[in-house]
Amino acid sequence: MKRNELIVYLLIVAFLLAAYFFFPKPLNFSAAVSIIIVVIMALAFILVFVRTIQGHFIGRRMVFVFVGVALLLPFFMQFKLPLQISPEVRSAYDALVNLPPGSRVLASYDYDPPSAPELQPMADAFIKYCFDHDLKVIIMGLWPQGPQQANLSIEAAFRENPALRNNIKYGVDYVNLGFQSGNEFVILRMGESFKAMFPTDLYNTPYDSIPLLKNIRNYSNVDMSFNFSAGRPGAVEWVQVAVDRYGLRIASCNTAVQAPQVYPYLESGQLLGLLGGMSGAAEFEDLTGKAGKASTYILSQSFAHVVVILFIIIGNVAFFREKRTKVD
Amino acid sequence: MGFWEIFGVWLAALLTLGIISFLYRDNAFYKACEAIFVGISAGYWAITYFWDNLYRKFYLQVSDPAGTEKYVPWIGFVLGILMLTRLFKKIGWLSRWPLAFIIGATAGLYMMTYFVSNAMVQISASILPVFEGSFGDIITNLLVSGGTFCGLVYFFFSKEHKGVFGGAARVGIWVLMLTFGASFGYTVMSRMSLMLGRLDFLFGDWLKLIK
Repeated sequence: MKRNELIVYLLIVAFLLAAYFFFPKPLNFSAAVSIIIVVIMALAFILVFVRTIQGHFIGRRMVFVFVGVALLLPFFMQFKLPLQISPEVRSAYDALVNLPPGSRVLASYDYDPPSAPELQPMADAFIKYCFDHDLKVIIMGLWPQGPQQANLSIEAAFRENPALRNNIKYGVDYVNLGFQSGNEFVILRMGESFKAMFPTDLYNTPYDSIPLLKNIRNYSNVDMSFNFSAGRPGAVEWVQVAVDRYGLRIASCNTAVQAPQVYPYLESGQLLGLLGGMSGAAEFEDLTGKAGKASTYILSQSFAHVVVILFIIIGNVAFFREKRTKVD
Repeated sequence: MGFWEIFGVWLAALLTLGIISFLYRDNAFYKACEAIFVGISAGYWAITYFWDNLYRKFYLQVSDPAGTEKYVPWIGFVLGILMLTRLFKKIGWLSRWPLAFIIGATAGLYMMTYFVSNAMVQISASILPVFEGSFGDIITNLLVSGGTFCGLVYFFFSKEHKGVFGGAARVGIWVLMLTFGASFGYTVMSRMSLMLGRLDFLFGDWLKLIK
């Protein structure tokens, strides 16, 4: 390890320890401080831009620092971004809103903790909405950690509204069927029988002894499905098998990486709606009135996007500057 | 917060910092964190599939005296054992049988699902009435239909891309580039979200600076 490198690591550790022991908790910037920070960042960008034009290029680590700062600082700021609700999020929300109380919604949690920053806010808002509006939720997962993520959503709903702990009953208002391996073959088999794929729930309770599942044999007995998907198996497989073969009505909640792959299914009417990435999550939270993590994250993400766009411009300036220098 | 919870948060925080330290340069701390992650992931998946497949789907079903399909899992078990014959040179050819089963079943399912969902329905969805609806609808439908047509022209290689045909192919390239750009934008957004999750953990759960 080189000396400079060691100094950088020690400085970071020292800063974090100082933050742990001495910073006020929680840390909140006033509006004036927030504006000053934004102005300083803008000036720093102008400096970088001018130096790039002069032929002094910055290293990749400086880009990381700018992006990191842009992601972090909005956590402590008091700004709130106005959100424009996109039609695909609106239609997913409308599909949920139009369900009468007592409707049964199948929720497939097909993701794991790495995708939680994007998908967990959607799942949390969805569960809270269902519990508040007497929608019965049947949870399952094609990814092993999915059902645990669902339990986190349920816990979050109970934490926010402790009265739900008494009103919402496991097995009556919601059930967690757990994980089943087999990818799209699980979806296929569920078209004939849920019980064949989930003979017991997550806690080994037999399928037949769960009141909520009494009259549920296959997709024809559920009113709608919400799919939280981070890849394969996920939204694509649900559309290909459950929607096109069995006619299940699905709204899809996807990570941003997967969203472009799923958009064609929305345009063709195979999906009722689509929540794509953090912006989709923030819009859904806004519509359901359940402001959560996504509403906070979206400010950080917007700042970071501005930084990335500015660096794309600076990068192009650097590219043409270097090209001209070589020609000269 | 109990001791073990605090210990867990500190451990997770240090491992996160270890992985992020790669942004500066590859280093021993990063390598250790990476090795821990790979090892734990492999162990996690092995245990998950052992309990879910071998225990739940095989052992519980074949040992159920009331089970009506208790002999069916044996087919899968035998095919699974045959897959392991790859480890032995003389009988390794037997592993082709379970592979043939997997490929056959998957191809059979995919052939129909992809043909219906990704070909027929998508073709039907891109055949749009171009002069109906509001001005916005007309523009959108023209873009979808025209973009699809030009994209297909670009992938038609039996005729040289010259003249009007070449022009349509060039528009097709632009459509593809726009699609890749949208995909890249979404990917950047996703990566930012992952970083946000970690920052929220570091500055919220660990340092308690975020409410």
